Amino acid sequence: MANDKSSMQLVANGILKENPIFRLALSMCPAVGISTTVMNGFMLGIAVLFVQVFSSLTISMVKNLIHPRIRIPTYTLTIATWVTVIDMVLAAYLPEAYAKMGIFVKLIVAFAIITMRLEMFACKEPVGASFWDGLGMGLGFMIGMMTIGLVRELLGSGAILGYDVLGFKPLLFFILPSAGFFVVGLMMAFFNSIEIYYKRKKGFKS
Amino acid sequence: MNLARIHLILIVALLCAVFAGPAHAADLISKQSFGEKNEIILKFSVEVDKIKAAKISTYTVFEEQDPDIRLELASATPNYKGTGVSLRFKEPLNTAHTHVVTVKNLAGVDKASTKVSKSYLGYLFSIFISALLINNFVFTKYLGLCVFFGTSKRKSTAKGMGVVFTMVMVVSASMSWFFYNFILIPYNLNFLQIVVFIGLVSLTVQAVDTILRKVNPILFNSFGVYLVLVIANCVIIAVPLMLANNNYNYFETFMLALGAGGGFLLALYLMSSVSERMQLANIPPTFKGLPIAFIVAGQFAMAFLGFSGLQIF
Repeated sequence: MANDKSSMQLVANGILKENPIFRLALSMCPAVGISTTVMNGFMLGIAVLFVQVFSSLTISMVKNLIHPRIRIPTYTLTIATWVTVIDMVLAAYLPEAYAKMGIFVKLIVAFAIITMRLEMFACKEPVGASFWDGLGMGLGFMIGMMTIGLVRELLGSGAILGYDVLGFKPLLFFILPSAGFFVVGLMMAFFNSIEIYYKRKKGFKS
Repeated sequence: MNLARIHLILIVALLCAVFAGPAHAADLISKQSFGEKNEIILKFSVEVDKIKAAKISTYTVFEEQDPDIRLELASATPNYKGTGVSLRFKEPLNTAHTHVVTVKNLAGVDKASTKVSKSYLGYLFSIFISALLINNFVFTKYLGLCVFFGTSKRKSTAKGMGVVFTMVMVVSASMSWFFYNFILIPYNLNFLQIVVFIGLVSLTVQAVDTILRKVNPILFNSFGVYLVLVIANCVIIAVPLMLANNNYNYFETFMLALGAGGGFLLALYLMSSVSERMQLANIPPTFKGLPIAFIVAGQFAMAFLGFSGLQIF
């Protein structure tokens, strides 16, 4: 069990070992759909982080009161409540960013990663550990989104966070919506190749 | 006696209506339709003065819901005989809305107005086609990718999954429409949208599961496994959210849900056909599994971009 892990290990686990986007390949829709800039990725990452942490906390607190047979509907409703909260907060305080993300903020309710963490982790572990796990998963998602956004923004419009870095536009193709599939696919292949390289190296040593 | 008089009055009134026809305001314009993107074509029942008909100031045009905003005309070109005119506007028209055209001082008629709109069935069909191809939920809206990549390995699975999705989508969208219009709006509970819609979707899935098990066990055996996957999926929940955003009526909602489901079925089928071929192909080890699936999906997405110019009605 994860009880013996420290809080930092739990966070690192979410960011690296079980990164929601690159390792678990869950919640791909926003990764492809709105990762055109770093800022978009960051904003949606914040929203997901918020929902993940608070629903993990809520479920972890009331885990002994939930009847096992209705646990999935309970998770769904808990997530829906927190999504409503972040949806209204964003709409009120950051209307521009909210308009860019469109329907995806409301769709956080259907992201598989959140339900999965509640089912796998928060309903068994104590409140503290659930908080750190939720934080790690949320951060992992945010970093994944921002990495994709970085690649697409840099290659598509030659800028980072809206500032012109390269001075020219290398491949306008990457800013097109359909390029999201290619970028995610190529990045996954890149990480795979690193993994294969290290495994082969290890194999030769031993 | 009394009855006969009433008949007489009725007949006279009818005759008046018929003979007054050509001079009557509403009948000056006999046919109206949208032409190209920024064009409205009018047909007159009589020949009109071509010089008058070519003047822009003869016509006033506005959208039915904003009567205060007059649309600016660029030109008015009467046809050769003077029985019709084509109005061109400075900006493209939103042909989904009804436009009101008013003609002043033409052919001895002070004022005649008419409404220009697309046929409603055509509009419904265009919603369907739009959800199916132009705004395909998988390839242009990027929704439901988890299930899309998870279940598009074999054709039979893809077909079953697509049919179940369409079914659940239509039922849950209908229920959501009902709840949204008759409960959420009247009681100002709009902020509960997400909670209510996700609840309804899970309820629908549960209901379809139970009903199918009793009514058609054979179908249940082949579809049942996918039903669990349907609950946590953004494609399904996106349809109610969209209908709430656009204030669709029931028929529009139905067509949207049908088109979205059909589009998902189409996407799954296309992808599974490619996946079956890819199992025989020699793919580099780094690309095996998800990466190559993503790249194939990207190519499909680019192909679907080609539908973006499609306009049938």
